[in-house]
Amino acid sequence: MSTLHTEEMTLNMGPQHPSTHGVLRFVVRADGEVMREAIPDVGYLHRSIEKIAEKVGYHGFMPYTDRVDYVCAMFTNQGWGMACEKLAGIEVPHRGEYCRVIAAEFNRIASHLLSVGAMAMDIGAVTPFTHAIREREMINDLIEELCGARLTFNYMRIGGVAWDLPPGWREKALAYLDHFDPILEEYNALISWNKIYIERLANVGVITPEEAINYNLVGPNLRACGIKWDIRKDIPYSVYPEFEFDVPIGDGHWGKLGDSMDRYVVRIREMAESSKILRQALQKIPAGPVLAKVARNFKPPAGECQIRLESGRGDMGWYVVSDGTGYPWRVHVRTGSFAAMGIIQKLSAGLMIADLVTLIASLDVIAPEIDR
Amino acid sequence: MPLLNTLPDYVLTTKTDELLNWMRKSSIWYMLFGLACCAIELMHTGGPRADIDRFGATPRASARQSDLMIVAGTLTLKMALRTRLLYDQMPDPKYVISMGSCASCGGLFQLAYSVCDGVDKILPVDVYVPGCPPRPEALTEGLLKLQEKIMTERWLVRAPNGNGKQIEAA
Amino acid sequence: MESLQILERVKSKFGDRVLELSDKKPDPFVVLDPKAIVEVGRFMKEDPDLAMDCLSNESGVDYKDRIEVVYHLFSYPHRHGAVLKVKLPRENPAVETLEGVWKSANWMEREIFDLLGVNFEGHSDMRRILMPEDWIGHPLRKDFVEPAEYHGISTVRESPIIRLDTKKK
Repeated sequence: MSTLHTEEMTLNMGPQHPSTHGVLRFVVRADGEVMREAIPDVGYLHRSIEKIAEKVGYHGFMPYTDRVDYVCAMFTNQGWGMACEKLAGIEVPHRGEYCRVIAAEFNRIASHLLSVGAMAMDIGAVTPFTHAIREREMINDLIEELCGARLTFNYMRIGGVAWDLPPGWREKALAYLDHFDPILEEYNALISWNKIYIERLANVGVITPEEAINYNLVGPNLRACGIKWDIRKDIPYSVYPEFEFDVPIGDGHWGKLGDSMDRYVVRIREMAESSKILRQALQKIPAGPVLAKVARNFKPPAGECQIRLESGRGDMGWYVVSDGTGYPWRVHVRTGSFAAMGIIQKLSAGLMIADLVTLIASLDVIAPEIDR
Repeated sequence: MPLLNTLPDYVLTTKTDELLNWMRKSSIWYMLFGLACCAIELMHTGGPRADIDRFGATPRASARQSDLMIVAGTLTLKMALRTRLLYDQMPDPKYVISMGSCASCGGLFQLAYSVCDGVDKILPVDVYVPGCPPRPEALTEGLLKLQEKIMTERWLVRAPNGNGKQIEAA
Repeated sequence: MESLQILERVKSKFGDRVLELSDKKPDPFVVLDPKAIVEVGRFMKEDPDLAMDCLSNESGVDYKDRIEVVYHLFSYPHRHGAVLKVKLPRENPAVETLEGVWKSANWMEREIFDLLGVNFEGHSDMRRILMPEDWIGHPLRKDFVEPAEYHGISTVRESPIIRLDTKKK
C-alpha cells in the first residue's frame, strides 16, 4: 500500500484573533492538528515607551508606565517610583508605602481575575469571564474612588502616592474583601474541579524548573514549577516584611509539575493571599503624609540602578540610567511576558493547535509588556 | 392626520427606509479588535454592568461576520497594514468607531516613532470616542451616536452610476 | 555574597580580561573585554559559589561615544546578583552571543539588535523582533531620525497644539 502524501501546513494565527492576549501573531507549522513549531511574531504594539521616557522627563513618564502593563498599572507605577527613589535616595513616608501596597494588591487581584477569566474564555467556558468582569467592576469602583481612573491609574508619584485614602474608603474596602473571599469558592465550583477543564489544562506545556530559570520565567509561571520565589519575600521592598502571607507554589497534583493547571491554581491561591495582605494593611495603616517632598524639576544624580518588584505577571526589572539632567538617559523594563514568549517556541513542539491557546493563556502573556 | 390617531397601539406605521435602518441599527455586530488598554474597557463594555448586548451589539471574532470595527487601542505602523486588510475583509455596509485617543489621533504616543497617529489615516471613521481609556458609558454613547447615524441612511435610492452606494440624507 | 565580592572574584580569576572594576553605589559593575564575555558568563554560571543560573536582564545603552551592553545576572540558590558590562564602538558594534549559556539571552539580544544595531555573533536567529522587518534604522540610537512616512502612511499628525518635544531645552 502506498503511503499517503502528507505536507506540512503553515498557518497564520494572526494579530487579530479572539484568543491571543493582545496583538500577538504566531506562524504555526502544523502537521494536521499537531504542531511542529509555533514561531511567535511580536511588535504589533511596540509604542516606543522607552524612547519616550527620554523626551518627557521623570515626572512626566509616570502615565506612560501605566501603559507598559495596563492590567497591572499600579505595579508599573510603583516600579518607576522605586527606581527614581533609589537613584536619588528619597524615602517614601510610611503611610505612603501602605497606600502603595493596598493599591498594588487590589490591582493584583484584578489582574489575576482577568487572567483566570480570559483563560477560561479561551478554553471555551464563557461564563467565568463574566463573573471575573463583575468582580473587576467592583474593584474598579473602589480604585476609581481612590485615584479617579478605572484602568490607567497614574496614582503613584516619585516619593509616594498622589492622594490619600478618601474618608470611608477603608470600610468599603473591607466590606469588599468580605464579599470577595467566598467568590473564590464560586470559581472553584464553576471551573477548577470541572473534568473538562482539568483535561484541557493538565499536562499541557510542562516546564521543568531548570528550564524555567534558564529562560528567565518569573512570577506565577515560575512558582508553578515548584520554585518558591517571590520578590516580596526574598528581596523584600516597601513594607511587605510587616505582613504575613504565604507564597503558593505548584505541586503537580492534577498532572505533571509545571503544567498549565499548576499555573492556574497558583493564580487562584495568590488571590486569596492578596486578600490576606489587604486585610492586614487596612488594619495597620499608620497616620502621616503620603508623599515625600520631591522637587518639581527632579534631577537625580548621574548613575544607574536596577530594581525588581513583584508585579502581577512576575518579577519586573526596571533599569534606569541617569545623566544628571531632568530627562532620563535610558529606561529599560524587563517584563515577565517577554521571557514567557521566548519559551513558547520551544514548548510548542508536539502540542495541538488548541493547546497553543491554552499555553498562551496559562502563561498569562500580555502584549504591551512584550512590546512596550 | 386624524385617521392615524384613531389606530390602535399595536399598529406600527413607518417608512421602508426607517424600518430597514431600525433593523440594522438594532443588531450591530462588532469585531473584536482590541489592540491595547481600550480593549479592556471594550471587554468591560460588553460585560455585565455596562452591557451593550442590550442594544444588540455582540462581539464577533471574524471580520467577515461583523459590521462594525471598534478600533480600541494604539495603532502601530506594523499593525496598520493588517488593519487595512481586515477592514477590506469586512462586508458592506461597514462602520468604524475609533475608540480612545490613541486611535483617534495617536494620543499620548504621538512622540513615538512607531505609532500611526490615528486610525483615520488608513480607514474612514464614523464616530470618534475620546478618552484614555473611555469609560464603558462613553463607548455606549458612541454606539448610540452611530445608531443615530445609521438611521439617517437611505437604502432604496441608489447613486446614479449604480455602484450600490447609498446616499446619506442631507 | 556581596556584589562587590563576586566581582572581585571574577577579576582575580580573569585578570586583564576585566578592564575595569567599579564600586559605584548602588550597583557596582565590571567592564569586560568583549571577547571574554562568554567565558566569564560560563564561569559565573558553573562556579558553585557564584551559581548565576539566571540572566535577569540584558539591555543596551547608547552613550554618545560608545554602545554598552549591560548584563544583570542573578543566582536563585544564593540570592545574589552582579552586573557585567561590555563597551562597544558605535560603528559595527558586535559581541558574542550568550545564548549558549542562558537561553533567556535569545530574545533579549534580538531586541538589542533591533533597537540599537548591536550584532550578536553566533546567534541562532538574528532578526528584528519589535519593529517591522522592512524598517530602516535602529530607533533607540540617539541619532535616529524618524522617517517621514512608512508604506504611504505619514508619521506626522497635523495638530494645532505644540508638540511636546519641541519644548525640550
